Amino acid sequence: MLALASRDLRISFRQPGEVLTPAMFFVLVTTLFPLGLSPQPELLRTIAPGVVWVAALLAVLVGQESLFKSDYEDGSLEQLVLSPMPLPLVAITRVTSHWLATGLPVVVLAPLMGLLMDYPTQAMGCLVLSLLLGTFTLSLLGAVGAALTVGLRQGSMLMPILVLPLAVPVLIFGAHAVAQAANGEDPSGVLYLLAAFLVLGITLAPFAIAAAVRVSLES
Amino acid sequence: MDKYSWAWFHRFASPPYVYRVAELWAPWFAWIAGLLIAAGLYGGLWSSPPDYQQGDGFRIIYIHVPSAYLSMMCYGIVATASTIGLVWRMKIAHTVAVAAAPLGASFTFLALITGALWGKPMWGAYWVWDARLTSELILLFLYLGFIALSRAYEDSRSGDRAGAVLALVGVVNLPIIHYSVVWWSSLHQGSTKFFGGNADIQTSMLMPLLLMIFGFTCLFAACLAKRVQLELLGRERNAAWAAEAVR
Repeated sequence: MLALASRDLRISFRQPGEVLTPAMFFVLVTTLFPLGLSPQPELLRTIAPGVVWVAALLAVLVGQESLFKSDYEDGSLEQLVLSPMPLPLVAITRVTSHWLATGLPVVVLAPLMGLLMDYPTQAMGCLVLSLLLGTFTLSLLGAVGAALTVGLRQGSMLMPILVLPLAVPVLIFGAHAVAQAANGEDPSGVLYLLAAFLVLGITLAPFAIAAAVRVSLES
Repeated sequence: MDKYSWAWFHRFASPPYVYRVAELWAPWFAWIAGLLIAAGLYGGLWSSPPDYQQGDGFRIIYIHVPSAYLSMMCYGIVATASTIGLVWRMKIAHTVAVAAAPLGASFTFLALITGALWGKPMWGAYWVWDARLTSELILLFLYLGFIALSRAYEDSRSGDRAGAVLALVGVVNLPIIHYSVVWWSSLHQGSTKFFGGNADIQTSMLMPLLLMIFGFTCLFAACLAKRVQLELLGRERNAAWAAEAVR
Protein backbone atom coordinates (compact mmCIF):
# COMPACT_ATOMS: atom_id res chain seq x y z
CA MET A 1 0.00 0.00 0.00
CA LEU A 2 2.81 2.40 0.93
CA ALA A 3 4.78 1.31 -2.10
CA LEU A 4 1.79 2.04 -4.30
CA ALA A 5 1.24 5.43 -2.67
CA SER A 6 4.88 6.44 -3.05
CA ARG A 7 4.91 5.30 -6.67
CA ASP A 8 1.82 7.39 -7.39
CA LEU A 9 3.24 10.42 -5.61
CA ARG A 10 6.60 10.15 -7.37
CA ILE A 11 4.89 9.98 -10.75
CA SER A 12 2.78 13.03 -9.92
CA PHE A 13 5.69 15.14 -8.74
CA ARG A 14 7.74 14.33 -11.81
CA GLN A 15 5.00 15.98 -13.84
CA PRO A 16 4.52 19.28 -12.01
CA GLY A 17 2.09 20.38 -14.71
CA GLU A 18 -0.46 17.83 -13.58
CA VAL A 19 -0.10 18.82 -9.94
CA LEU A 20 -0.47 22.51 -10.66
CA THR A 21 -3.36 22.36 -13.13
CA PRO A 22 -6.19 22.04 -10.56
CA ALA A 23 -4.61 24.72 -8.37
CA MET A 24 -4.25 27.07 -11.34
CA PHE A 25 -7.83 26.31 -12.36
CA PHE A 26 -8.99 27.15 -8.84
CA VAL A 27 -7.16 30.48 -8.81
CA LEU A 28 -8.43 31.45 -12.24
CA VAL A 29 -12.07 30.55 -11.59
CA THR A 30 -12.03 32.50 -8.33
CA THR A 31 -10.51 35.48 -10.13
CA LEU A 32 -13.31 35.46 -12.71
CA PHE A 33 -16.02 36.27 -10.17
CA PRO A 34 -14.84 39.75 -9.12
CA LEU A 35 -14.20 40.48 -12.80
CA GLY A 36 -17.64 39.30 -13.85
CA LEU A 37 -19.65 40.81 -11.01
CA SER A 38 -18.08 43.86 -9.45
CA PRO A 39 -15.03 44.46 -7.25
CA GLN A 40 -16.94 46.10 -4.36
CA PRO A 41 -15.58 44.73 -1.06
CA GLU A 42 -19.08 44.30 0.50
CA LEU A 43 -20.28 42.21 -2.42
CA LEU A 44 -17.08 40.16 -2.47
CA ARG A 45 -17.36 39.49 1.25
CA THR A 46 -20.92 38.16 0.83
CA ILE A 47 -20.13 35.87 -2.08
CA ALA A 48 -16.64 34.79 -0.93
CA PRO A 49 -17.66 31.51 0.82
CA GLY A 50 -19.74 30.33 -2.12
CA VAL A 51 -17.25 31.39 -4.77
CA VAL A 52 -14.22 29.84 -3.08
CA TRP A 53 -16.15 26.62 -2.47
CA VAL A 54 -17.61 26.34 -5.97
CA ALA A 55 -14.18 27.02 -7.49
CA ALA A 56 -12.54 24.44 -5.23
CA LEU A 57 -15.24 21.87 -6.07
CA LEU A 58 -14.76 22.37 -9.81
CA ALA A 59 -10.97 22.29 -9.48
CA VAL A 60 -11.01 19.03 -7.53
CA LEU A 61 -13.41 17.37 -9.96
CA VAL A 62 -11.41 18.53 -12.96
CA GLY A 63 -8.32 17.12 -11.30
CA GLN A 64 -9.98 13.73 -10.75
CA GLU A 65 -10.21 13.17 -14.47
CA SER A 66 -6.54 12.18 -14.62
CA LEU A 67 -6.95 9.74 -11.71
CA PHE A 68 -7.01 6.51 -13.73
CA LYS A 69 -6.41 7.83 -17.25
CA SER A 70 -2.72 7.08 -17.79
CA ASP A 71 -2.89 3.79 -15.91
CA TYR A 72 -5.85 2.73 -18.01
CA GLU A 73 -4.06 3.62 -21.21
CA ASP A 74 -0.77 1.83 -20.48
CA GLY A 75 -2.40 -1.22 -18.87
CA SER A 76 -1.11 -0.71 -15.30
CA LEU A 77 -4.71 -0.49 -14.13
CA GLU A 78 -5.29 -4.12 -15.12
CA GLN A 79 -2.13 -5.09 -13.23
CA LEU A 80 -3.46 -3.28 -10.16
CA VAL A 81 -6.76 -5.16 -10.45
CA LEU A 82 -4.86 -8.46 -10.74
CA SER A 83 -2.54 -7.71 -7.82
CA PRO A 84 -3.18 -9.58 -4.55
CA MET A 85 -4.12 -6.36 -2.79
CA PRO A 86 -7.93 -5.92 -2.53
CA LEU A 87 -9.16 -3.48 -5.15
CA PRO A 88 -11.02 -1.17 -2.71
CA LEU A 89 -7.74 -0.73 -0.83
CA VAL A 90 -5.94 0.07 -4.08
CA ALA A 91 -8.69 2.59 -4.82
CA ILE A 92 -8.46 4.45 -1.52
CA THR A 93 -4.64 4.52 -1.76
CA ARG A 94 -4.82 5.95 -5.23
CA VAL A 95 -7.42 8.56 -4.27
CA THR A 96 -5.36 9.62 -1.24
CA SER A 97 -2.11 10.04 -3.13
CA HIS A 98 -3.91 11.81 -5.95
CA TRP A 99 -5.60 14.14 -3.46
CA LEU A 100 -2.22 14.93 -1.85
CA ALA A 101 -0.91 15.92 -5.27
CA THR A 102 -3.92 17.81 -6.65
CA GLY A 103 -6.42 18.55 -3.86
CA LEU A 104 -4.03 19.73 -1.19
CA PRO A 105 -2.53 22.56 -3.34
CA VAL A 106 -6.09 23.89 -3.77
CA VAL A 107 -6.62 23.89 0.00
CA VAL A 108 -3.27 25.60 0.54
CA LEU A 109 -4.08 28.31 -1.98
CA ALA A 110 -7.58 28.88 -0.56
CA PRO A 111 -6.56 31.42 2.14
CA LEU A 112 -4.80 33.44 -0.54
CA MET A 113 -7.94 33.52 -2.64
CA GLY A 114 -9.89 34.32 0.53
CA LEU A 115 -7.71 37.41 0.98
CA LEU A 116 -8.40 38.49 -2.60
CA MET A 117 -12.13 38.09 -1.87
CA ASP A 118 -11.90 40.23 1.28
CA TYR A 119 -12.68 37.24 3.49
CA PRO A 120 -11.98 38.01 7.22
CA THR A 121 -8.55 36.68 8.24
CA GLN A 122 -9.67 35.39 11.64
CA ALA A 123 -12.05 32.95 9.90
CA MET A 124 -9.35 31.55 7.58
CA GLY A 125 -8.87 28.49 9.80
CA CYS A 126 -12.45 27.41 9.20
CA LEU A 127 -12.06 27.93 5.45
CA VAL A 128 -9.03 25.67 5.36
CA LEU A 129 -10.56 23.05 7.65
CA SER A 130 -13.83 22.87 5.71
CA LEU A 131 -11.94 22.51 2.43
CA LEU A 132 -9.65 19.90 3.95
CA LEU A 133 -12.64 17.78 4.94
CA GLY A 134 -14.73 18.58 1.89
CA THR A 135 -12.23 18.26 -0.94
CA PHE A 136 -11.29 14.75 0.13
CA THR A 137 -14.97 13.72 0.11
CA LEU A 138 -15.25 15.30 -3.33
CA SER A 139 -12.15 13.41 -4.45
CA LEU A 140 -13.81 10.14 -3.44
CA LEU A 141 -17.03 11.02 -5.29
CA GLY A 142 -15.08 12.21 -8.30
CA ALA A 143 -13.10 8.97 -8.29
CA VAL A 144 -16.33 6.99 -8.75
CA GLY A 145 -17.18 9.15 -11.76
CA ALA A 146 -13.63 8.97 -13.11
CA ALA A 147 -13.59 5.18 -12.79
CA LEU A 148 -16.93 4.88 -14.59
CA THR A 149 -15.90 7.08 -17.50
CA VAL A 150 -12.19 6.25 -17.89
CA GLY A 151 -12.76 4.04 -20.92
CA LEU A 152 -15.07 6.42 -22.74
CA ARG A 153 -14.11 8.87 -25.42
CA GLN A 154 -16.46 11.60 -24.20
CA GLY A 155 -15.62 10.74 -20.58
CA SER A 156 -14.10 14.09 -19.64
CA MET A 157 -17.40 15.89 -20.26
CA LEU A 158 -19.58 13.15 -18.83
CA MET A 159 -17.75 12.78 -15.53
CA PRO A 160 -18.73 16.17 -14.01
CA ILE A 161 -22.34 15.63 -15.15
CA LEU A 162 -22.47 12.41 -13.16
CA VAL A 163 -20.72 13.71 -10.08
CA LEU A 164 -21.90 17.32 -9.67
CA PRO A 165 -25.44 16.42 -8.49
CA LEU A 166 -23.93 14.10 -5.88
CA ALA A 167 -21.59 16.84 -4.66
CA VAL A 168 -24.45 19.14 -3.63
CA PRO A 169 -24.52 18.26 0.11
CA VAL A 170 -20.77 18.84 0.50
CA LEU A 171 -21.06 22.20 -1.23
CA ILE A 172 -24.05 23.29 0.88
CA PHE A 173 -22.44 22.47 4.19
CA GLY A 174 -18.93 23.54 3.21
CA ALA A 175 -20.00 26.97 2.03
CA HIS A 176 -22.30 27.31 5.02
CA ALA A 177 -19.52 26.61 7.52
CA VAL A 178 -17.33 29.21 5.82
CA ALA A 179 -20.15 31.77 5.83
CA GLN A 180 -20.88 31.09 9.50
CA ALA A 181 -17.25 31.60 10.44
CA ALA A 182 -17.19 34.87 8.50
CA ASN A 183 -20.20 36.11 10.50
CA GLY A 184 -18.43 35.30 13.73
CA GLU A 185 -20.67 32.29 14.54
CA ASP A 186 -19.41 28.91 15.69
CA PRO A 187 -19.19 26.61 12.64
CA SER A 188 -18.25 23.43 14.52
CA GLY A 189 -21.65 21.73 14.06
CA VAL A 190 -21.49 22.02 10.29
CA LEU A 191 -17.83 20.98 10.28
CA TYR A 192 -18.80 17.83 12.20
CA LEU A 193 -21.35 17.07 9.48
CA LEU A 194 -18.68 17.52 6.81
CA ALA A 195 -16.47 15.14 8.77
CA ALA A 196 -19.37 12.66 8.90
CA PHE A 197 -19.71 12.85 5.09
CA LEU A 198 -15.99 12.18 4.83
CA VAL A 199 -16.24 9.10 7.06
CA LEU A 200 -19.20 7.83 5.04
CA GLY A 201 -17.27 8.45 1.83
CA ILE A 202 -14.13 6.67 3.04
CA THR A 203 -16.27 3.72 4.14
CA LEU A 204 -18.41 3.24 1.03
CA ALA A 205 -16.73 4.96 -1.91
CA PRO A 206 -13.77 2.52 -2.26
CA PHE A 207 -16.20 -0.31 -3.00
CA ALA A 208 -18.05 1.77 -5.59
CA ILE A 209 -14.74 2.82 -7.17
CA ALA A 210 -13.59 -0.82 -7.29
CA ALA A 211 -16.84 -1.93 -8.93
CA ALA A 212 -16.60 0.94 -11.41
CA VAL A 213 -12.98 0.11 -12.31
CA ARG A 214 -14.01 -3.50 -13.00
CA VAL A 215 -16.84 -2.32 -15.28
CA SER A 216 -14.48 -0.06 -17.19
CA LEU A 217 -11.91 -2.80 -17.68
CA GLU A 218 -14.51 -5.29 -18.89
CA SER A 219 -15.67 -3.09 -21.74
CA MET B 1 -40.73 -29.29 -2.73
CA ASP B 2 -42.54 -27.99 -5.74
CA LYS B 3 -44.22 -25.33 -3.66
CA TYR B 4 -40.88 -23.65 -2.98
CA SER B 5 -39.79 -23.83 -6.55
CA TRP B 6 -38.06 -20.73 -7.90
CA ALA B 7 -38.87 -21.66 -11.45
CA TRP B 8 -41.26 -18.71 -11.82
CA PHE B 9 -38.39 -16.40 -10.91
CA HIS B 10 -35.84 -18.02 -13.18
CA ARG B 11 -38.20 -17.72 -16.11
CA PHE B 12 -37.85 -13.94 -15.80
CA ALA B 13 -34.24 -14.32 -16.93
CA SER B 14 -35.44 -15.29 -20.39
CA PRO B 15 -36.01 -12.34 -22.77
CA PRO B 16 -38.74 -14.01 -24.87
CA TYR B 17 -40.69 -14.93 -21.74
CA VAL B 18 -40.49 -11.38 -20.36
CA TYR B 19 -41.43 -10.03 -23.78
CA ARG B 20 -44.59 -12.15 -23.82
CA VAL B 21 -45.51 -11.25 -20.24
CA ALA B 22 -45.11 -7.55 -21.07
CA GLU B 23 -47.18 -8.03 -24.24
CA LEU B 24 -49.94 -9.58 -22.14
CA TRP B 25 -49.94 -7.00 -19.35
CA ALA B 26 -49.39 -3.72 -21.20
CA PRO B 27 -52.95 -3.39 -22.65
CA TRP B 28 -54.54 -4.22 -19.28
CA PHE B 29 -52.50 -1.57 -17.51
CA ALA B 30 -53.21 0.89 -20.30
CA TRP B 31 -56.99 0.38 -20.14
CA ILE B 32 -57.11 0.54 -16.35
CA ALA B 33 -54.94 3.67 -16.46
CA GLY B 34 -57.27 5.24 -19.02
CA LEU B 35 -60.38 4.53 -16.93
CA LEU B 36 -58.85 5.65 -13.64
CA ILE B 37 -57.39 8.84 -15.11
CA ALA B 38 -60.70 9.66 -16.84
CA ALA B 39 -62.60 9.15 -13.58
CA GLY B 40 -59.96 11.10 -11.64
CA LEU B 41 -60.03 14.00 -14.08
CA TYR B 42 -63.83 14.16 -13.96
CA GLY B 43 -63.76 14.10 -10.18
CA GLY B 44 -60.89 16.56 -10.00
CA LEU B 45 -61.94 19.10 -12.61
CA TRP B 46 -65.74 19.06 -12.30
CA SER B 47 -67.18 17.46 -9.22
CA SER B 48 -64.77 18.62 -6.50
CA PRO B 49 -65.27 22.13 -5.10
CA PRO B 50 -62.70 24.93 -5.54
CA ASP B 51 -60.24 25.30 -2.68
CA TYR B 52 -61.21 27.96 -0.13
CA GLN B 53 -57.83 29.66 -0.44
CA GLN B 54 -56.41 28.72 -3.82
CA GLY B 55 -59.62 28.70 -5.91
CA ASP B 56 -59.33 26.55 -8.98
CA GLY B 57 -55.55 26.77 -9.03
CA PHE B 58 -55.18 23.84 -6.69
CA ARG B 59 -56.50 21.45 -9.35
CA ILE B 60 -53.02 21.07 -10.79
CA ILE B 61 -52.21 18.80 -7.85
CA TYR B 62 -54.12 16.06 -9.68
CA ILE B 63 -51.20 15.96 -12.12
CA HIS B 64 -48.46 17.26 -9.86
CA VAL B 65 -48.74 14.85 -6.93
CA PRO B 66 -48.88 11.63 -9.01
CA SER B 67 -45.92 12.79 -11.12
CA ALA B 68 -43.84 13.71 -8.09
CA TYR B 69 -44.64 10.39 -6.43
CA LEU B 70 -43.78 8.43 -9.57
CA SER B 71 -40.55 10.38 -10.06
CA MET B 72 -39.33 9.03 -6.75
CA MET B 73 -40.83 5.55 -7.02
CA CYS B 74 -39.20 5.15 -10.39
CA TYR B 75 -35.76 5.91 -8.96
CA GLY B 76 -36.48 3.16 -6.45
CA ILE B 77 -37.27 0.80 -9.33
CA VAL B 78 -34.09 1.79 -11.18
CA ALA B 79 -32.00 1.27 -8.05
CA THR B 80 -33.66 -2.05 -7.15
CA ALA B 81 -33.32 -3.37 -10.68
CA SER B 82 -29.69 -2.21 -10.75
CA THR B 83 -28.95 -4.05 -7.52
CA ILE B 84 -30.54 -7.25 -8.83
CA GLY B 85 -28.60 -6.86 -12.05
CA LEU B 86 -25.28 -6.30 -10.30
CA VAL B 87 -25.69 -9.02 -7.68
CA TRP B 88 -27.27 -11.79 -9.74
CA ARG B 89 -25.96 -10.61 -13.11
CA MET B 90 -29.48 -10.67 -14.50
CA LYS B 91 -29.63 -8.96 -17.87
CA ILE B 92 -33.39 -8.40 -17.70
CA ALA B 93 -33.01 -6.37 -14.52
CA HIS B 94 -30.62 -4.00 -16.29
CA THR B 95 -33.05 -3.79 -19.18
CA VAL B 96 -35.80 -2.75 -16.78
CA ALA B 97 -33.54 -0.11 -15.19
CA VAL B 98 -32.55 1.32 -18.57
CA ALA B 99 -36.19 1.29 -19.74
CA ALA B 100 -37.47 2.92 -16.54
CA ALA B 101 -34.96 5.78 -16.29
CA PRO B 102 -36.33 7.94 -19.15
CA LEU B 103 -39.86 7.46 -17.76
CA GLY B 104 -38.64 8.61 -14.36
CA ALA B 105 -36.95 11.61 -15.93
CA SER B 106 -40.20 12.48 -17.75
CA PHE B 107 -42.29 12.30 -14.60
CA THR B 108 -39.70 14.36 -12.73
CA PHE B 109 -39.84 16.95 -15.49
CA LEU B 110 -43.65 16.92 -15.41
CA ALA B 111 -43.65 17.40 -11.64
CA LEU B 112 -41.26 20.35 -11.99
CA ILE B 113 -43.28 21.98 -14.78
CA THR B 114 -46.65 21.59 -13.04
CA GLY B 115 -45.06 22.83 -9.83
CA ALA B 116 -43.69 25.90 -11.60
CA LEU B 117 -47.07 26.66 -13.20
CA TRP B 118 -48.74 26.37 -9.81
CA GLY B 119 -46.02 28.39 -8.10
CA LYS B 120 -46.45 31.48 -10.29
CA PRO B 121 -49.96 32.44 -9.03
CA MET B 122 -49.49 30.99 -5.52
CA TRP B 123 -45.96 31.95 -4.56
CA GLY B 124 -45.50 34.73 -7.13
CA ALA B 125 -42.60 33.07 -8.92
CA TYR B 126 -42.16 30.16 -11.29
CA TRP B 127 -39.10 28.98 -9.50
CA VAL B 128 -37.96 29.42 -5.92
CA TRP B 129 -34.90 27.73 -4.46
CA ASP B 130 -37.00 25.70 -2.12
CA ALA B 131 -35.88 22.36 -0.72
CA ARG B 132 -38.32 20.04 -2.47
CA LEU B 133 -37.97 21.83 -5.79
CA THR B 134 -34.21 21.71 -5.57
CA SER B 135 -34.03 18.05 -4.65
CA GLU B 136 -36.49 17.22 -7.44
CA LEU B 137 -34.24 19.14 -9.85
CA ILE B 138 -31.20 17.21 -8.62
CA LEU B 139 -33.19 13.99 -9.07
CA LEU B 140 -33.72 15.01 -12.69
CA PHE B 141 -29.95 15.51 -13.07
CA LEU B 142 -29.33 12.08 -11.55
CA TYR B 143 -31.71 10.49 -14.08
CA LEU B 144 -30.05 12.34 -16.96
CA GLY B 145 -26.60 11.26 -15.73
CA PHE B 146 -27.77 7.64 -15.55
CA ILE B 147 -29.23 7.78 -19.06
CA ALA B 148 -26.15 9.49 -20.48
CA LEU B 149 -23.75 7.04 -18.85
CA SER B 150 -25.61 3.86 -19.78
CA ARG B 151 -25.81 5.00 -23.41
CA ALA B 152 -22.18 6.16 -23.58
CA TYR B 153 -20.80 2.63 -23.69
CA GLU B 154 -20.74 0.92 -27.05
CA ASP B 155 -21.25 -2.45 -25.39
CA SER B 156 -24.67 -2.35 -23.76
CA ARG B 157 -23.66 -4.79 -21.01
CA SER B 158 -20.87 -2.49 -19.77
CA GLY B 159 -23.21 0.46 -20.02
CA ASP B 160 -25.76 -1.40 -17.92
CA ARG B 161 -23.28 -2.21 -15.20
CA ALA B 162 -21.75 1.27 -15.17
CA GLY B 163 -25.23 2.79 -14.91
CA ALA B 164 -26.10 0.38 -12.14
CA VAL B 165 -23.06 1.40 -10.07
CA LEU B 166 -24.03 5.05 -10.57
CA ALA B 167 -27.66 4.36 -9.59
CA LEU B 168 -26.53 2.72 -6.37
CA VAL B 169 -24.18 5.58 -5.49
CA GLY B 170 -27.10 7.89 -6.21
CA VAL B 171 -29.52 6.01 -4.00
CA VAL B 172 -27.13 6.23 -1.05
CA ASN B 173 -26.78 9.93 -1.73
CA LEU B 174 -30.43 10.80 -2.32
CA PRO B 175 -31.47 10.98 1.36
CA ILE B 176 -28.36 13.02 2.18
CA ILE B 177 -29.06 15.38 -0.70
CA HIS B 178 -32.70 15.66 0.33
CA TYR B 179 -32.04 16.43 3.98
CA SER B 180 -29.17 18.80 3.31
CA VAL B 181 -31.38 20.73 0.92
CA VAL B 182 -34.29 20.70 3.40
CA TRP B 183 -32.03 22.08 6.04
CA TRP B 184 -30.73 24.67 3.58
CA SER B 185 -34.13 26.14 2.80
CA SER B 186 -37.77 25.17 2.80
CA LEU B 187 -40.85 26.93 1.47
CA HIS B 188 -42.84 24.00 0.08
CA GLN B 189 -45.79 23.03 2.24
CA GLY B 190 -45.24 20.12 4.56
CA SER B 191 -46.63 16.66 3.93
CA THR B 192 -50.40 16.47 3.81
CA LYS B 193 -52.17 14.00 6.05
CA PHE B 194 -54.46 12.01 3.80
CA PHE B 195 -56.30 9.64 6.12
CA GLY B 196 -57.71 9.38 9.61
CA GLY B 197 -60.06 11.50 11.71
CA ASN B 198 -58.36 14.89 11.34
CA ALA B 199 -57.12 14.48 7.78
CA ASP B 200 -55.98 17.66 6.02
CA ILE B 201 -57.83 16.93 2.80
CA GLN B 202 -61.54 16.59 2.12
CA THR B 203 -62.92 13.34 0.74
CA SER B 204 -64.27 15.02 -2.41
CA MET B 205 -60.71 16.11 -3.24
CA LEU B 206 -58.99 13.02 -1.89
CA MET B 207 -60.92 10.52 -4.02
CA PRO B 208 -59.97 12.02 -7.41
CA LEU B 209 -56.39 12.41 -6.21
CA LEU B 210 -56.18 8.74 -5.25
CA LEU B 211 -57.76 7.77 -8.57
CA MET B 212 -55.14 9.86 -10.36
CA ILE B 213 -52.30 8.35 -8.34
CA PHE B 214 -53.42 4.80 -9.16
CA GLY B 215 -54.14 5.78 -12.74
CA PHE B 216 -50.68 7.30 -13.20
CA THR B 217 -49.11 4.22 -11.63
CA CYS B 218 -50.93 2.00 -14.15
CA LEU B 219 -49.92 4.36 -16.95
CA PHE B 220 -46.34 4.09 -15.76
CA ALA B 221 -46.59 0.28 -15.67
CA ALA B 222 -48.03 0.17 -19.20
CA CYS B 223 -45.29 2.49 -20.54
CA LEU B 224 -42.63 0.51 -18.71
CA ALA B 225 -43.88 -2.79 -20.16
CA LYS B 226 -43.80 -1.32 -23.67
CA ARG B 227 -40.37 0.21 -23.16
CA VAL B 228 -38.99 -3.06 -21.80
CA GLN B 229 -40.34 -4.82 -24.90
CA LEU B 230 -38.69 -2.26 -27.16
CA GLU B 231 -35.40 -2.44 -25.30
CA LEU B 232 -35.44 -6.25 -25.46
CA LEU B 233 -36.11 -6.23 -29.19
CA GLY B 234 -33.22 -3.80 -29.68
CA ARG B 235 -30.82 -5.88 -27.63
CA GLU B 236 -31.87 -9.24 -29.02
CA ARG B 237 -32.27 -8.02 -32.57
CA ASN B 238 -30.22 -10.95 -33.89
CA ALA B 239 -32.20 -13.59 -32.00
CA ALA B 240 -34.74 -15.77 -33.72
CA TRP B 241 -37.54 -15.01 -31.24
CA ALA B 242 -37.17 -11.27 -31.87
CA ALA B 243 -37.59 -11.74 -35.63
CA GLU B 244 -40.61 -13.93 -34.84
CA ALA B 245 -42.10 -11.30 -32.52
CA VAL B 246 -42.04 -8.40 -34.97
CA ARG B 247 -43.30 -10.38 -37.93
